Amino acid sequence: MPFIPHTEQDILSMLASIGAPNIDALFDEIPAELRSGKLTAVGDGLNEMQITRLMHDRAAQDVLQLNFIGAGAYEHHIPAAVWEIATRGEFYTAYTPYQAEASQGTLQVLYEFQTMIASLTGMDVSNASLYDGASGLAEAILMAVRAHKTSRRVLLPASVSPLYRSVARSIVKLQNIELVEIPFDAATGTTDLKALAQHEGSDIAALVIPQPNFFGALEDVDALTAWAHAQGALAIALVNPLTLALLKAPGHWADKGADIAVGDGQPLGAPLSSGGPYFGFMCCKQALVRQMPGRIIGRTVDLDGKPGFTLTLQAREQHIRRAKATSNICSNQGLMVTAATIHMALLGVDGLRRVAATSHSNTQSLAKLASGLSGVKSLFSSAHFHEVVLHLPKSSAAVLNRMAEQGVLGGFDLQPHYPQLGNAILVCATETKTPEDLQRYVDALRHALS
Amino acid sequence: MLIFERSHPGRRNAAQAPNHAAAVSGPSTGLRTGIPTSLLRQDQPLLPEASEMDVVRHYTSLSQKNFSIDTHFYPLGSCTMKYNPRACNTLAMLPQFLARHPLAPESTGQGVLACLYDLQEILKDVTGMAGVSLMPMAGAQGEFAGIAMIRAYHDARGDTARTEIIVPDAAHGTNPATAVMCGYTVKEIPTNANGDVDLDALRAAVGPQTAGLMLTNPSTLGVFEQRIVDIQKMVHDAGGLLYYDGANLNAILGKVKPGDMGFDVIHMNLHKTFSTPHGGGGPGAGAVGVAKRLLPFLPLPVVEKLPSPASGRGAGGEGTYRYLTDADLPQSIGHLSAFSGNIGVLLRAYVYARMLGAEGMHRVAEFATLNANYLMAELHKSGFTVAFPQRRASHEFIISIKPLKDATGISAMDVAKRLLDKGYHPPTTYFPMLVPECLLIEPTETESKEVLDGFVNALKEIRDEAHATPELVKGAPHTMPVRRLDDVKAARELDLTWKIRTNTHAV
Repeated sequence: MPFIPHTEQDILSMLASIGAPNIDALFDEIPAELRSGKLTAVGDGLNEMQITRLMHDRAAQDVLQLNFIGAGAYEHHIPAAVWEIATRGEFYTAYTPYQAEASQGTLQVLYEFQTMIASLTGMDVSNASLYDGASGLAEAILMAVRAHKTSRRVLLPASVSPLYRSVARSIVKLQNIELVEIPFDAATGTTDLKALAQHEGSDIAALVIPQPNFFGALEDVDALTAWAHAQGALAIALVNPLTLALLKAPGHWADKGADIAVGDGQPLGAPLSSGGPYFGFMCCKQALVRQMPGRIIGRTVDLDGKPGFTLTLQAREQHIRRAKATSNICSNQGLMVTAATIHMALLGVDGLRRVAATSHSNTQSLAKLASGLSGVKSLFSSAHFHEVVLHLPKSSAAVLNRMAEQGVLGGFDLQPHYPQLGNAILVCATETKTPEDLQRYVDALRHALS
Repeated sequence: MLIFERSHPGRRNAAQAPNHAAAVSGPSTGLRTGIPTSLLRQDQPLLPEASEMDVVRHYTSLSQKNFSIDTHFYPLGSCTMKYNPRACNTLAMLPQFLARHPLAPESTGQGVLACLYDLQEILKDVTGMAGVSLMPMAGAQGEFAGIAMIRAYHDARGDTARTEIIVPDAAHGTNPATAVMCGYTVKEIPTNANGDVDLDALRAAVGPQTAGLMLTNPSTLGVFEQRIVDIQKMVHDAGGLLYYDGANLNAILGKVKPGDMGFDVIHMNLHKTFSTPHGGGGPGAGAVGVAKRLLPFLPLPVVEKLPSPASGRGAGGEGTYRYLTDADLPQSIGHLSAFSGNIGVLLRAYVYARMLGAEGMHRVAEFATLNANYLMAELHKSGFTVAFPQRRASHEFIISIKPLKDATGISAMDVAKRLLDKGYHPPTTYFPMLVPECLLIEPTETESKEVLDGFVNALKEIRDEAHATPELVKGAPHTMPVRRLDDVKAARELDLTWKIRTNTHAV
């Protein structure tokens, strides 16, 4: 019996102890008419050799191509030690650290994570992670509305990922929160300050500020943060943590800094994995910490005065507060955060900067090379980080298909989400790309356009 | 010692980072970026500067401060800490699965989509539901999806007077919190002395304002709700829908299907029943299943199998697979994650389900139930107070330490902490709150009789100690990396990050 250790003798003596004639008798409280028959969709069990064969066959059907898609999930090198350590059974098979004395490993990792991510974002405090960046943005919006108290309107620029906006809408609409879209400037690809000005003086709970934004373009974060604060609104920074090795941290935006910083931690050690698991992070100012959702780890001392770590501020959470909790969330992405912490520790500031800088310069090189092709141009004039929008002279979907036929994933098609941009694609070249890869991209694009 | 205290300025790992010459000496120098200086970072974030070996030793030694399924018996009630087969991890981490971008064309992901489709079909069969979406990233998000679908259903019918979700007082805390997130008010109903829902209270609570009832069955008290058919009729007759908190299906897998009990929507914690790792608190996966009338509202995406194989590619002639989009399901409650949920977790659940097969699923319920009833019987015979001795245990059961506390002052918390010294992770304590000084015990099917017997002996020893040397128990644990921690200080003098230097350490 796979994964069940009982011998016949065990079963007999256990039933004797219970006083039941057989195992089936243990189910006698289930009304007979509800008892189900055989499962039909499951099939016979496979042993380890058989399932290994099946999964290798399935994996072989997944075709890996030279990838230039980012759009919220980024291909980065992950040091070998990261997942070697993260999948140790002691991390991999531990539960949420409710019994602090027997969970100091996980708790200390999470405390170190909170320190690293709060420092990267320049914020006072961090929680121990949320599900992903998109649901994290939704939680940040809910948190801002709780903190603001009077307004249920949040301004959400169109330069935020359409995938994130869709998730935020799904989650916050049920609480009668109004999400107002702010258009972007057609020339720069960044939030249109004139459009924003129309909302001056109205009751706004928060402004979401993406940096870099979905187009890879860099927003004027100081001006946007100052504007939000002038309206009495909270500034929610939506950031890629890797880029913060080089970019100004949300905690230092404008005079007072952003109030909440969220994003997806995937660039810090999570494999692409067709979309997950990744993790969301959330940091905030000290004054907002009791409004924060999710697990939070604190450092304290034990009976002997020795330092140790424990879950704290649990009075915010569903298992204590029930209907009055800050969120229904009751897990974090512990294992992903463990990997991210090891990843950040291995790379350090210097390593993260190198990854960020190389990704940036590769994308710049790619944009320059691609713009050399007839009819291809970089669409927006603003500075960008490690993604760029290219405008093509032909159907973007058709061009991407033709590139894929040559084994190159040429970018993310913006057409369905931003039809006003025409044949536009979003392209990303991380540090994993060599000069030869960039040339292969350009060759594939040239061929696809011919 | 923290990783930051192992840090030495200037130490770095050359092997892991790219050899980029620029931008490493400082933020605003050496980078010919075209990025305005005002947008660049001027301070140095606090990350460790340590060698690869420093980092590997540090985190390896931290791991050794954890209890885990791989190292200890972990009978944490309601959490289903069963063995996590290693094959599930190995096979979910095949390079092709890890490297695929979520926005790559579906034609390049037929292998992973085939696994997800198969898993949907397996979960439909196990739950007796008409459709499944794998996308919620955790149980609580699955609950959110479930209640959001109930709301979408009523709204689509113009039935907007339903503002209330009924929740039994024994429910998980996530249930009421979820109802509130979905814009509902919560009406709590009591449990009777037998551990079942108080039907009179339910009858009084349902009405035209009822959107639905959230129910866990077997309940968090570890017993099967015998009047489930009556409950179902009562709620449906009032126009409400039934939500099944299937956080844990371990006791009923292959024995009874929530769909047959009349539930309209269910979420399943795959990190419990389907043995994906808990990872120190996640990532989980909270798939949802629905009855026919809720199919249009499923969260996106859902995997669809197209009957005809396309142009040679596509699962060796098995057909081709695609994600359903907003265009296919215009009434969907929408997307809950940026991409497609926690796919790596779903692959682990799939491998596990295929290894079990149909027979194995039945066995999970049988042996989880056998182990729980055996442990309950042994503890009962040993003189411990079982909360519902007249009932069968499901996958879990409750004992109360109250008599011991009355006699010796030793609480459930003290017993839990002392168990750590004896090499056992304690059961869930103080949940559900209906039973005073309770321990909620869930042994799971993967533990042997010897392990269960050892656990009974440990509890008996602790009881003896409580009478003979109560200070020993009150001071426990004595053998862990730390003794009991000052939670009050943790909450009052918040220390959530280690000495951040962002403003002080300019480069």
